[in-house]
Amino acid sequence: MATITTEGVRHVANLARLEFNKEEMEHFTDQLARILGYIGKLNELETDEVPPTSHIHPHQVFIMGSETEASHVAKPDVVKPSYPREELRAREITAVELTESVYARIAEVEPHVKGYLTLTKDLALEQASRADAGFQNGDDMPALAGIPIAIKDVICTKGVRTTCASKILETFVPPYDATVMKKLHAQGIVMIGKTNMDEFAMGSSTENSAYQITHNPWDLDTIPGGSSGGSAAVVSADTAICSLGSDTGGSIRQPAALCGVVGMKPTYGRVSRYGLVAFASSLDQIGPFTKDVTDCALLLNAICGSDTMDATSVDVPVPDFTQSLINDVKGLKIGIPKEYFTPALDSEIAQQVHTATAVLEALGATVEEISLPHTEYAIATYYIIAPAEASANLARYDGVRYGYRNENPEDLIDMYKRTRSEAFGEEVKRRIMIGTFALSAGYQDAYYRKAQKVRTLIKSDFDAAFEKVDVIATPTSPTPAFKIGERTDDPLQMYLSDVMTTPASHAGLPGISVPCGFVKNGLPVGLQLLGAPFAEKKVLRVAYTFEQNTDHHRQKPKIGT
Amino acid sequence: MEYETVIGLEVHVQLRTQSKMFCSCRADYQSAPVNSRVCPVCLGLPGALPVINRRAVEYTVMTGLALNCDIPRLTKFDRKNYPYPDLMKGYQISQYDLPLAIDGRLQIETEAETKAVGVTRVHLEEDVAKLQHFPADSGGYSLVDVNRSGVPLMEIVSEPDMRSAEEARAYLTTLHSLLQYLGVSTANMQDGSFRCDANISLRPAGSEEFGNRTEIKNMNSFRSVFQALNFEIERQRRVLEGGGRVVQETRGWIEGRAVTVSQRSKEDAHDYRYFPEPDLPPLDIDPVWVEEIRGRLPELATQRCARFQQDYGLSEYDARLLTDSKAMADYFETAVCLQALSGDALNSHAKQVSNWMLGDLSGLLNQDNRDISESPVSPESLVELIGLVGDGIISVTMGKTVLEEAYNTGGKPRRIVEERGYTQISDTSAVEPAVFEALEANPRAVADYLGGKESAAKFLVGQVMKITRGQAKPDLVNQLVTAALDRAKAGVD
Repeated sequence: MATITTEGVRHVANLARLEFNKEEMEHFTDQLARILGYIGKLNELETDEVPPTSHIHPHQVFIMGSETEASHVAKPDVVKPSYPREELRAREITAVELTESVYARIAEVEPHVKGYLTLTKDLALEQASRADAGFQNGDDMPALAGIPIAIKDVICTKGVRTTCASKILETFVPPYDATVMKKLHAQGIVMIGKTNMDEFAMGSSTENSAYQITHNPWDLDTIPGGSSGGSAAVVSADTAICSLGSDTGGSIRQPAALCGVVGMKPTYGRVSRYGLVAFASSLDQIGPFTKDVTDCALLLNAICGSDTMDATSVDVPVPDFTQSLINDVKGLKIGIPKEYFTPALDSEIAQQVHTATAVLEALGATVEEISLPHTEYAIATYYIIAPAEASANLARYDGVRYGYRNENPEDLIDMYKRTRSEAFGEEVKRRIMIGTFALSAGYQDAYYRKAQKVRTLIKSDFDAAFEKVDVIATPTSPTPAFKIGERTDDPLQMYLSDVMTTPASHAGLPGISVPCGFVKNGLPVGLQLLGAPFAEKKVLRVAYTFEQNTDHHRQKPKIGT
Repeated sequence: MEYETVIGLEVHVQLRTQSKMFCSCRADYQSAPVNSRVCPVCLGLPGALPVINRRAVEYTVMTGLALNCDIPRLTKFDRKNYPYPDLMKGYQISQYDLPLAIDGRLQIETEAETKAVGVTRVHLEEDVAKLQHFPADSGGYSLVDVNRSGVPLMEIVSEPDMRSAEEARAYLTTLHSLLQYLGVSTANMQDGSFRCDANISLRPAGSEEFGNRTEIKNMNSFRSVFQALNFEIERQRRVLEGGGRVVQETRGWIEGRAVTVSQRSKEDAHDYRYFPEPDLPPLDIDPVWVEEIRGRLPELATQRCARFQQDYGLSEYDARLLTDSKAMADYFETAVCLQALSGDALNSHAKQVSNWMLGDLSGLLNQDNRDISESPVSPESLVELIGLVGDGIISVTMGKTVLEEAYNTGGKPRRIVEERGYTQISDTSAVEPAVFEALEANPRAVADYLGGKESAAKFLVGQVMKITRGQAKPDLVNQLVTAALDRAKAGVD
């Protein structure tokens, strides 16, 4: 592995079109040395014979999770969303009233939570009226018609500012809708606003937003998790009925756990990424935050499906996910990977997760310990692959075509460097630096290629595990929500927040986090359930059964008290 | 010391697809209003994703097959990272280590020899936007036209197998013709659909090692490639003979000054940080599809040349000239097939068409630097003209005049002949006065003839043709001039 010198860092900064003053340079050199030192643990693995993984679904050949159900499977339950769908249909409440009630709640608690970057009330009321007109006509309205939904500010919304919580996109108004937005609008949803996040989805606490800090509704002194912290917090705070986030290394599942809501990352390729501002293209996936598993299934129904605009979306049939709302886990095998229960795991969380799996066992599931031997390498692998892809994905933010631009450059190169150095936050710059370094001449094999090979090993672990079990259960986060500011000075410590979620991201697996209890100080704990590729139904079924037999998801935070 | 020149060429070809490489914008940007062929994808907007144009892949496979390449089963796209304002995403989607086609060869011919030039690879990428710079005295700014961004670009890389500027030129013209035969590109050099960069180095004759090379850019015609390479050979030779070392660098050809100048040295070379494009899954190229494409390969120049000799009795020389360019060969074949002929009649007609095309028509086109595809004289008109001559309605001489008029006005030969009264005079009584006039006006020539200088008769025939404005039937003029001279001779004797 390389020795990191100031000279080397300067060369990488030059490639990345960034500039640092002397102090910043020393700071970055020191941090990069520490991070790359940690990543050096990948060298413990022999990978000469291992092929690299650059794409989750190469040549579009798929092995799908088997859909075999237990022999005596009960029928799905009648679908009962958390929101007043029947009341809307019966005209007992209007979409406008529902929308107004959400904005009333926003007026009340949003000053404490700060989950939104942009509110689109005029647009929302217009959309609500349109939905009401449909209900009035007695039209056959889609499941999400008239429902107030919040959108993470990393998803392009036509005509509505999309900042990725970055100064560099402060003024960016997309001229097009992401595919998921088209799908949601076809459902007749009401968009409440755009939610806060870590800049360009890089972070685990939403503290990397260029605009504001979002507070965890369960304890306003703590972070909501990240990067989709805003989307998790607004669902938890009842300032939206549900929301969309994006998950690259855990950015949906971890904040869902920390905010006590349901959050799901579908299989990579299940949901179109067209219009999702790219962070790490081979890992990014859009998914829902909801108050319960039923809403999650309904939102998945709306957003899943292959898209001709996204070559990595996968052309497999999309089932009706409400068909997996079955209150029965008899005959299902649930694996508990021993590698997730390390000393670094908060003991109360370990306790809650064991209690949760005991519940499932009591309901008829078989619970067995399994091994995912390469788990400990997932973070190091992630912090090479994701920054490498990001370093290219963020190259377009150069001040030439849109967004922030330094107005007094000496020349073109200087404009690039000043624009990017002034408008990117520290974490984004750090990741661009790591990624540029990992791809640069002379280091690509030792870092980027190596990480791709280890990714293959991590994926193989899961392939082997799903030969034996239907669903894997783990904690979602090693700790409950931590204090605001607690980890901002220690990037590596922050990166380790993703230790439970990144392995499944490498393998492109579907994963859900459902509330499974609380630690003593009252902060929520999440149970992560992972499935084989495209086996969302099994994951949902286990999550639904757990939810139907527990009441953690019914607990509400008392904001500001 | 004797030096050997080593040249390798990189050719970029815009593919003639309906839509761009990774989006559904129309690819016909050349005549489109500025920034009108754009969408989130080719503008590189946040969140936009590429999807592969199947036709572009097909055209590249087709080109690979025509260049005798292997088409590997697995191919993928990669990101080539470099920042520049003409590159919307800050990286170009290209192909790095698994191109669509590899290990091919192209047969070229120079006056000296026929040889095969190796083709290293053929790969697919996207073109970049166009920048227009306004210098400080007119405001000091640059404008970007994104229309060209994302147009499919195929790169054909040769082995360093060429040993002279002549060979390089032969490679380029052969490749150019091949691409037009395949129909995959307009391959127009003027508008940038066909671009060439050259790598060139010198080494002591007999040496196996390569010398330091330079890369030459900005060559916009076959002629400038030829000139630039010869300039660079000379420049490098002088450097070496002066005991210096050739600096490995990129040099630009300055057409106006006919020199190459240093643009970028190796020290500033980019670190492109290639890595697999995560937005595009690798492609599994189905061998069945490849064979299907092979089956659809159109007839290429060499096959057509052989067929022209076989079917139309053309000489190898004429057939080669006619088939070098697809447009030329298409014109020829259209003209020949307008009449249902066979056997000797067909061959004789084909010979006529060939003679007119390679002679007078090419002369006219060359004068105006026009391609046969832009000829104002259509194959139909040329055949009409050949008919007028063949039927004796006009003389060959008059035919040349009519062709020129048809070329200049776009008119039909028959109409021109009628309107101008160019019909051949075959009436003895109408030609005799002209013969009389010519003999009368040129007593010297008559005297020469009578003095035994028989060639003087030809001069007089020419004079008669001149007096009759070429309309007199040549046979008849010959006959009447000879008769008149014979009479004069008899009178003298």
